Amino acid sequence: MKSLEELRAIRDKARSQVILRENSDNAVRVLVGMATCGIAAGARPVLNALVEEVAKRGLQNVTVTQTGCIGICQFEPVVEIVAPGQEKVTYVKMTPEKAVRVVNDHLVNGNVVTEFTIGANS
Amino acid sequence: MRELSLNVMDIAQNSISAGAKLIVIDLCENSDADSLTITVADNGAGMTAEQTALAADPFFTTRKTRRVGLGVPLFKMEAEMTGGGLEITSEKGVGTTVKAKFVPSHVDMIPLGDINSTVLLLITCNEDRDFVFHRRMDLHEFTLDTRELRAVLGDEVKLSSPEVTEWIKGYLTEQTQRIKEESSDEVFRGTSGDKG
Ligand SMILES: Nc1ncnc2c1ncn2[C@@H]1O[C@H](COP(=O)(O)OP(=O)(O)O)[C@@H](O)[C@H]1O
Ligand SMILES: [Mg+2]
Repeated sequence: MKSLEELRAIRDKARSQVILRENSDNAVRVLVGMATCGIAAGARPVLNALVEEVAKRGLQNVTVTQTGCIGICQFEPVVEIVAPGQEKVTYVKMTPEKAVRVVNDHLVNGNVVTEFTIGANS
Repeated sequence: MRELSLNVMDIAQNSISAGAKLIVIDLCENSDADSLTITVADNGAGMTAEQTALAADPFFTTRKTRRVGLGVPLFKMEAEMTGGGLEITSEKGVGTTVKAKFVPSHVDMIPLGDINSTVLLLITCNEDRDFVFHRRMDLHEFTLDTRELRAVLGDEVKLSSPEVTEWIKGYLTEQTQRIKEESSDEVFRGTSGDKG
């Protein structure tokens, strides 16, 4: 059974490591539209896939979070990538599989997946 | 929605939009009474009496991106379809509680679905807020309180760090399985109720 003791061990391990955190100015934010329309269209599994893939890749400077309705319900699930000094990228009609590709191509390798963007889908 | 746990995700988004720092999600299943009660309570901005009365009306929303609000009316309709209902209480500056009651044996009952996924994502994607998840099945229950986890983890380790996320996921899975097994054992032995 999972116990608080295990959490303490996780904390102690983290304390013993020198954490090389990226400057938070470099933080990349991944925003998933989680309004009613987005959730009904399948935003939860997309959010889940993003969180898991970001963890798997060990992307320390990426925060995955939710945002409200951005008013383009017909394109849900919608994912926005906001990085400092870069134009916001809006991915539409997302699936968990597409989300994994966005993490690897866009966040890891820096290549926007043009075919999933709103520009290519409207 | 395909799963009630998706409605819970959506109702919790209202609490997040209202600036809540603490969100309490409570699921209470009672097999004798054939009821499932889902409560989402927050300490966000709250609503006036007039706004509260309108909140379950699809033509009320304070958002500006769309003219109608669908989340609360949808959840209400899903509850009413089973013979249950939804109640909102709110106080401006104090917070809001949304309570929906379902009748699980009804043909129109929507399955709860993966509530643990909803809870885990809410916690890990809202590092700046606290969540309490309490689930009860007949006489058996468990609670996950992020304030307790933070007390152990201190400031250095985030709830969204992969190790902690794994821990939370494991905890939710284990505890859910435990209360399910314990309560189905009782139904099997016919000791459900207060006989213990
Ligand atoms: N927990 C809450 N705290 C404060 N206001 C709320 C809360 N839940 C609902 N409301 C109000 O009720 C409105 C309708 O909610 P909802 O049906 O979910 O539609 P939407 O979120 O799309 O506006 C919201 O816009 C908000 O003004
Ligand atoms: Mg809503």
